[in-house]
Amino acid sequence: MSDEQDIILADLSDEELTLQMHDDLYDGMKEEIEESVNILLGRGWMPYDVLTKALVEGMRIVGIDFRDGILFVPEVLLAANAMKGGMAILKPLLAETGAPRLGNMLIGTVKGDIHDIGKNLVTMMMEGAGFEVKDLGINNPVENYVQELEDGEYDILGMSALLTTTMPYMKVVIDTMVEKGMRDDYVVLVGGAPLNEEFGKAIGADAYCRDAAVAVETAKEFMAKKHNQLSM
Amino acid sequence: MHSDDYLTDIGIVNSMPKIDKVLIIACGALAREIIDLIKINNWHHMDLTCLPAKYHLYPEKITTAVELAVKKHISNYKNIFIAYADCGTGGLLEKKCNELGVKMIKGPHCYSFFEGNDKFTQNAEDEISAFYLTDFLVNQFDAFVWKPMGLDKHPELIDVYFGNYTKLVYQAQTKNNQLEQKAYEISKKMNLPLERRYTGYGDLETALSLA
Repeated sequence: MSDEQDIILADLSDEELTLQMHDDLYDGMKEEIEESVNILLGRGWMPYDVLTKALVEGMRIVGIDFRDGILFVPEVLLAANAMKGGMAILKPLLAETGAPRLGNMLIGTVKGDIHDIGKNLVTMMMEGAGFEVKDLGINNPVENYVQELEDGEYDILGMSALLTTTMPYMKVVIDTMVEKGMRDDYVVLVGGAPLNEEFGKAIGADAYCRDAAVAVETAKEFMAKKHNQLSM
Repeated sequence: MHSDDYLTDIGIVNSMPKIDKVLIIACGALAREIIDLIKINNWHHMDLTCLPAKYHLYPEKITTAVELAVKKHISNYKNIFIAYADCGTGGLLEKKCNELGVKMIKGPHCYSFFEGNDKFTQNAEDEISAFYLTDFLVNQFDAFVWKPMGLDKHPELIDVYFGNYTKLVYQAQTKNNQLEQKAYEISKKMNLPLERRYTGYGDLETALSLA
């Protein structure tokens, strides 16, 4: 999607600029994304509209091409880095302008594992979709998850692992939640390269999410179900 | 001897079925080590065929590729042994091997069995932030790590990939000054201190001796 010609972003119409932002996200152009976000805000766009129509939609396209094998991890990371630049501008404004919140998520990589690329992508995409996310970081023992769940108000727990040796620890966390009688209070989503749906079921998670886009869709579905149950 | 590039893309194709022999179906990244072990131990009853080492980058392809290879060769050999550990298949390879009635190497991956699975497990908690390389990976670092991660074009991603690592452990299967030098250069590239460990073939030799 690269364009050799220099484009003056401020000269583009809203529609053209939004499409250009999709292209710039695809190409991982962080500075251009930051500039475009500021241009749209300067034109009076609501932060939530900039987020959803420009950034999230752009990342949705990136996610589709990643899933279909057109884009690979490096390109997705560059796109994510560009989105992060835009999000940094929007995040404080979203709260101020009362953007809709879909739910609260706690996320972390399990004990023994320092890998966080997937987790960070999920965090960013969840935030983009309207979730408030608290990131516990890497190498988390069960105590970290339980303590934070008890201290905060969360709807969803997300756990990540990249290693075959660390993925069984997710079951330790879920079993502890069962022992403490808190398992059913949360939707538990798990993800990571060596995981699969069967593993997710076997350890008692609510769902295995193969990538960040699936995590967002799954989280939305569970929140919609919860909302429906509460309104019945 | 096949080149590492050949082993990366093609593997080794064995076209000489021997009904009294054991066929080792291995990851191409282990080919040199297994060929060495067969020679050192005079395991004349063993044939070797390898799947492309690049499956290391796409572990979801390993189980199906192993299954196809087993089905292709099983009627021609007395026995088949799978020279893979779990290798990122999340238990699916072990399950498939059990279904197919063939044995495989124990452990999560080659870094573990080269070190010795027991020792690796004992040290696991202290070494969670170690990035491991073997002889093969040192030799093929650009093809297996640097380029697939896009670092040749986007070196700015280095912290995204390696920011949580604190050291580079080179598990040497052989004593080779050139590889040592290369490992040192890689550690500079990755901004990680290098620790070299001579492991030899570790549990790989034990596992093959029982095949």
